[in-house]
Amino acid sequence: MSTAPVEVDQPISDEDTTPAKPWVAIVWNDPVNLMSYVTYVFQQVFGYSRRKSEKLMLDVHHKGRAVVAAGAREEMERDVEILHGYGLWATVCQD
Amino acid sequence: MPATGFHAIRGGGATARFAAGEAELLRGLVSQVAELLGEDLAAPPPAAVGGDPAASLEELIRLSENSSLPTDPVLARLLPDAYPDDHDAAGEFRRYTEQSLRSGKVAAARTVLDTLPAGGGRIRLTGEQAQVWLRALNDIRLALGVRLEITEDRDDMLERASRGGQDAAGLWVYDWLSLLQETLVEAVW
Repeated sequence: MSTAPVEVDQPISDEDTTPAKPWVAIVWNDPVNLMSYVTYVFQQVFGYSRRKSEKLMLDVHHKGRAVVAAGAREEMERDVEILHGYGLWATVCQD
Repeated sequence: MPATGFHAIRGGGATARFAAGEAELLRGLVSQVAELLGEDLAAPPPAAVGGDPAASLEELIRLSENSSLPTDPVLARLLPDAYPDDHDAAGEFRRYTEQSLRSGKVAAARTVLDTLPAGGGRIRLTGEQAQVWLRALNDIRLALGVRLEITEDRDDMLERASRGGQDAAGLWVYDWLSLLQETLVEAVW
């Protein structure tokens, strides 16, 4: 399993002994979606550069899945909803 | 069917030429997808009937009664689970998002019908319409991909297409749609 490197702010309070675990949005490979289209969607949805979008797309293609975003659960759900609108197969899970 | 697909329009948007048969085929396919999603595109859109904006808004934010993955495999691919390992979380996500996901896909199908004349010819799409076409084309290909059991094994697909018959016809149509979508992405990129 691969994860794309993303920087996430970890809120840490005095009471916490473990940092809050971020949630992630994952895109899964499927035989229908065009590589060009997937790359384009990553650019449109996340504002990633073409280079980064292509790298993520190739991770999905070769490794079967890739983490495309990380953050609060609500944000990941919103991202996944948008990705479903584009026809990508995306899921939410805790990192 | 000869098809060169989409080309960029200087300044934005995309253009393509469709033969009458191609237009009929594509119009039929988007209509089928919309019907599968529960909408008869032959009927006028909700906002045009009665003119009650509150009804349209309610339609937009209505919670879905569905909380499970659809049993039809095409619908299941178009409306997938966001939490495949958590039934409750998946159900809640679906209740809140499925309706607008369906509406969005139906609206995309409607846009294709509105911008592609039944007799074909040259069409010009704005940048915004091109975005919508991309999603509509993707939905049709997803649907066909499920029905035709498309895999990434290119050799296997070519072999099936070469055998002829109905399977082959479907695979040729799928390839044509792939060309359309690929050239459209290139045109708007």
